[in-house]
Amino acid sequence: MPRMTMIEAIRDAMDVMMGRDETVVVYGEDVGYFGGVFRCTQGLQQKYGKTRCFDAPISESGIVGTAIGMAAYGLKPCVEIQFADYMYPAYDHITQEAARIRYRSNGDFTCPLVIRMPTGGGIFGGQTHSQSVEALFTHVCGLKVVVPCNPYDAKGLLISAIEDPDPVIFLEPKRLYNGPFDGHHDRPVTPWSKHEAGEVQAGHYTVPLGKAAVARPGSAVTVLAYGTMVHVALAAAADAGIDAEVIDLRTLVPLDLDTIVASVRKTGRCLVVHEATLTSGFGAELVSLVQENCFHHLEAPVVRVAGWDTPYPHAQEWDYFPGPGRVGRALQEILES
Amino acid sequence: MSSSERLSLHVPEPAVRPGDTPDFSTVKIPKAGAVPRPEVDADPESMRDLAFSIIRVLNRNGEAVGPWAGALTDDELLDGLRHMMTLRAFDARMLIAQRQGKTSFYMQHLGEEAVSCAFRKALKPGDMNFPTYRQAGLLIANGYPMVDMMSQIFSNARDPLKGRQLPVMYSSREHGFFTISGNLATQFVQAVGWAMASAIRNDDKIAAAWIGDGSTAESDFHAALVFASTYKAPVVLNVVNNQWAISTFQGIARGGSGTFAARGIGFGIPSLRVDGNDYLAVHAVAKWAAERARRNMGPTLIEYVTYRVGAHSTSDDPSAYRPKTESAAWPLGDPVIRLKNHLIGRGVWSEERHKQSEAEILDTVITAQKEAESFGTLHAGAKPSARDMFDGVFAEMPPHLRRQRQQAGV
Repeated sequence: MPRMTMIEAIRDAMDVMMGRDETVVVYGEDVGYFGGVFRCTQGLQQKYGKTRCFDAPISESGIVGTAIGMAAYGLKPCVEIQFADYMYPAYDHITQEAARIRYRSNGDFTCPLVIRMPTGGGIFGGQTHSQSVEALFTHVCGLKVVVPCNPYDAKGLLISAIEDPDPVIFLEPKRLYNGPFDGHHDRPVTPWSKHEAGEVQAGHYTVPLGKAAVARPGSAVTVLAYGTMVHVALAAAADAGIDAEVIDLRTLVPLDLDTIVASVRKTGRCLVVHEATLTSGFGAELVSLVQENCFHHLEAPVVRVAGWDTPYPHAQEWDYFPGPGRVGRALQEILES
Repeated sequence: MSSSERLSLHVPEPAVRPGDTPDFSTVKIPKAGAVPRPEVDADPESMRDLAFSIIRVLNRNGEAVGPWAGALTDDELLDGLRHMMTLRAFDARMLIAQRQGKTSFYMQHLGEEAVSCAFRKALKPGDMNFPTYRQAGLLIANGYPMVDMMSQIFSNARDPLKGRQLPVMYSSREHGFFTISGNLATQFVQAVGWAMASAIRNDDKIAAAWIGDGSTAESDFHAALVFASTYKAPVVLNVVNNQWAISTFQGIARGGSGTFAARGIGFGIPSLRVDGNDYLAVHAVAKWAAERARRNMGPTLIEYVTYRVGAHSTSDDPSAYRPKTESAAWPLGDPVIRLKNHLIGRGVWSEERHKQSEAEILDTVITAQKEAESFGTLHAGAKPSARDMFDGVFAEMPPHLRRQRQQAGV
């Protein structure tokens, strides 16, 4: 199979879907002629014309608001918010409109819409180019929330998202765009071309929403992760020599509870990791579910490693980002408790 | 002004408050027929004045005059009168039903019936409205069953929305009526997106966006104008200026812009201002804008100058913030009476027939209400199932919702 970066895989997913389904339209700020600030839409306007892929005014509420109208008409918009940090002006449309249209109209109108947002830190992005906003969406009923961690999944999940009849928030860890990142910021980055997870099937295929993947089977402890933190967790387990079972959730809503529960019941221990801030983060939901479903199998308290409860700082990037050191120490503590 | 003077904040106030004598002397009302009718393909620059005047067709004597007159037949006008009277009777009955506890909430259209009833007749099948909660005339004028509207209001077993929505938040794709949201202004930009979609697909359908005077202050109003302007979307952008946003007079939202129509000019959007209580004028202007959109000439903004005669909702008491007699002093009068007088003047209607029609319409509304109530009201009789609560969040129910439905024991 050919190897692609995550950027190429995401672009390929849109290319495949635009080719298969003429109701798929792609737009956002700098998305058209220029091909996106991260190059995720490069060449699409040239290939499909500017009524299928076009530049939008700098108005997140306008982008998502018009996309909802298009979806109501019968198109399948796949729109981009340049950074997840800038989704807030569109939050009203996403949470009160896109998420509720099917419910409030009893299916009279629907909202098959994908909103792509580059997310996450580890790039010296500071406060407004690093945020992980997933918990602000997982709390909203009616939205699906997806976070891929490699090119193969990114393409397959994005195709699934575009084909899905409901609104999907598609969070792309920009730290993973060009290569996997395990938090070892002092080491050179490996490009996806040198990584087997960079192998991406050509043409149409899907990775189903609502299904987790076991990134590393293990027996000592279960690690629940998604996005960049999957790679961090793998590195932390390898560094510490711990036989951790690392689960890449891939979809936060709907959540693959069965895979999580089976793993924790097997290992008896669980660590939850995410970049997002700790308090009321998605990790709290995961811990609750593990506690409710695996209480009698737990041999240690479930632990969370997350971003600190502060805005994402600039100079203190590596003191903030939950890297393999912090994750590894948490794994040790869980095994010792 | 001396450089040492301190700043002070300007907070607009309506001319009068409760206890004062209503005063609309500052509202400039041009004579009927005085405003020109540009060609549909005229340059927006050439019609800037239309954003500052008021297009009117019916004069004081009830005659249709000027360049915007003559678009409707007598039969169409009689239909229009019936639609407005039906909406008014419907409102009156639902207001009573709310007071009787048959529903929790209602919002009436009193004084604004012409706007939505006349606009609907300018659209074609397949066009889509993105209404607010005060455009039920779009449904009435299009023949949507009143029993279904009432069932939605009563949240009963026949409620098309299964009891999930607040009363009056209707939805009907079939009738070109987008699902109403409680969140103000969101629909205004969604309408633009729908229109863009129609253009992307080279369709012949247009969209109509709706917003009130107060909600023009929401950021979505501005987003809608930007997108409509940028992509020349086939959309009619309707601003219903009924002078009041709950207790807040329109000057708070309008600020120094003079008129709401004037807002469109800065976006390069042709912007018209029309007498919202003049059925003929509303229809003529709507038809002009719809034709413009259909001919791929882009959006039009229309400000309907009207007055919210009733309370904001059944939870509101306007006597707390405006004179009780203010609606009687409103210089554009009552849309039903004005159209009635016009039709009497044309010899196709009479006071007797009007009275008789009123009684017949009331009878129809009461009959519909009885039928709707046979399916239950909010606190009595049949109701949607608790299972319905869990359906429709997603196309397919995900496992966590299935578990919760089991926990709920339904």
